[in-house]
Amino acid sequence: MVINDVISSDQVEVLLNDVLEVYGYDFLEYSHASIKRRITRLFLLDKFVSFAEFRYVVKTDKQYFKRFLEEITVNVTEMFRDPQFYKALRQDVLPNLGTYPFIRIWVAGCSTGEEAYSLAIVLSEINLLHKSLIYATDINPLVLEKAKKGMFPLTYLKGYSENYLQSGGSKEFSSYYIANYSLAKFDQSLSAKMIFSTHNLASDHSFNEFQLILCRNVLIYFDKDLQHKVFNLFDSSIEKLGYLALGSKESLDFWSGAKNYKRIRTEKIWRKL
Amino acid sequence: MAETVIQNNCDALIIGGSAGSLDVLLEIFPHLSPKINFPIIIVTHRKASNESLLTYLLQSRTKLKVTEAEEKQVLEGGNVYIAPADYHLLVEQNKTISLDYSEKVNYSRPSIDVTFESAAEVFKQNLVCILLSGSNGDGVDGLKTVNNYGGKVVIQDPKSAVMPYMPQQAITYVSPHLIVDCVTMADYINKLNS
Repeated sequence: MVINDVISSDQVEVLLNDVLEVYGYDFLEYSHASIKRRITRLFLLDKFVSFAEFRYVVKTDKQYFKRFLEEITVNVTEMFRDPQFYKALRQDVLPNLGTYPFIRIWVAGCSTGEEAYSLAIVLSEINLLHKSLIYATDINPLVLEKAKKGMFPLTYLKGYSENYLQSGGSKEFSSYYIANYSLAKFDQSLSAKMIFSTHNLASDHSFNEFQLILCRNVLIYFDKDLQHKVFNLFDSSIEKLGYLALGSKESLDFWSGAKNYKRIRTEKIWRKL
Repeated sequence: MAETVIQNNCDALIIGGSAGSLDVLLEIFPHLSPKINFPIIIVTHRKASNESLLTYLLQSRTKLKVTEAEEKQVLEGGNVYIAPADYHLLVEQNKTISLDYSEKVNYSRPSIDVTFESAAEVFKQNLVCILLSGSNGDGVDGLKTVNNYGGKVVIQDPKSAVMPYMPQQAITYVSPHLIVDCVTMADYINKLNS
């Protein structure tokens, strides 16, 4: 399938302007090549015959717009992704938060929740979950519905279990879930410490102060200006000596506020000074 | 109407490969001219764990600067950019790199198709793409796009490939400008843009 030229760059702009105007979602500051590819992919997947038809349906069909939103944002995630990252959280970051009476964590762009559950497992193993609260947010209400359920396809669990062990986990990973037909349902004690809510990093404000913000593989989809806007948003949401954790290819380096942050040794985790 | 197409202009070279492609890269890299003045992007399928090994192996064989691609990095002539394991690499109109963690394409991330397709649109007739050895169909659709935009499609001679499936598929479905073996490949690259 040759996917270029099905939709032109100008048409992408037109569509994203519609989306901003009608629904208030601003994708104009997203990296163009990547969002164009996702829009083209959806157009072909749903077998539209013309751009005009596609545009009309996106603009007028609220139900279809939900699908549009789900498909053009990337929701690929996994549990204990990059096990070394979780090892660093377990050993070098979270224990420092143990002295706080209450630990507030924000998982920004949580998608279907795999990272929030991974984090809750680590917190429970170092006896901090009882005094923690994980705010898991995403732009997309549909993925949050899935995240709330805490059910993940059983076929992925073997990989997750290996990740978990490599990240320094020592229990039976299967003790955290019940296998039910093709799904693994994770323990209620984990989700009891989570609050799910929609939040749009491109337009919404800070809503609390946190000791740790996790935002992994979200910023790669934003252009530099929007990235810096989001760093400012995070900065106003992290307490002094709190942490910011990014994806393995993301960095604070070119942001003006970076001088107030110190990176921990190996992973993409920074501490606010 | 006057024909004003410049034949040998190369603004970027992308080399994609899967199983059996590392041998080819290791063979051609020592022969690459240090005078190469266009960016080279390498997209190969590999395990996420051997992250920096490929960068190291290739850097040890050339005077060109070899780095793993970073998001928003500006492509510069004479530099070699390696698509990081587990991320798609796309090229933006302003010749910067975007990384993308979306679904695998052809069971692969990075996918060769994704990089070929996005770069085809940016560099048009000044893009050269080489597809190497491999055992799946990744890269073939990407080459079709490169062809549509007037870029150059170069395919490793399947007879010289450890895994001939991928280059053979490409030859079947895309009309290549050139089929080269490993021995002449470096020479071909050195002459681009000269």
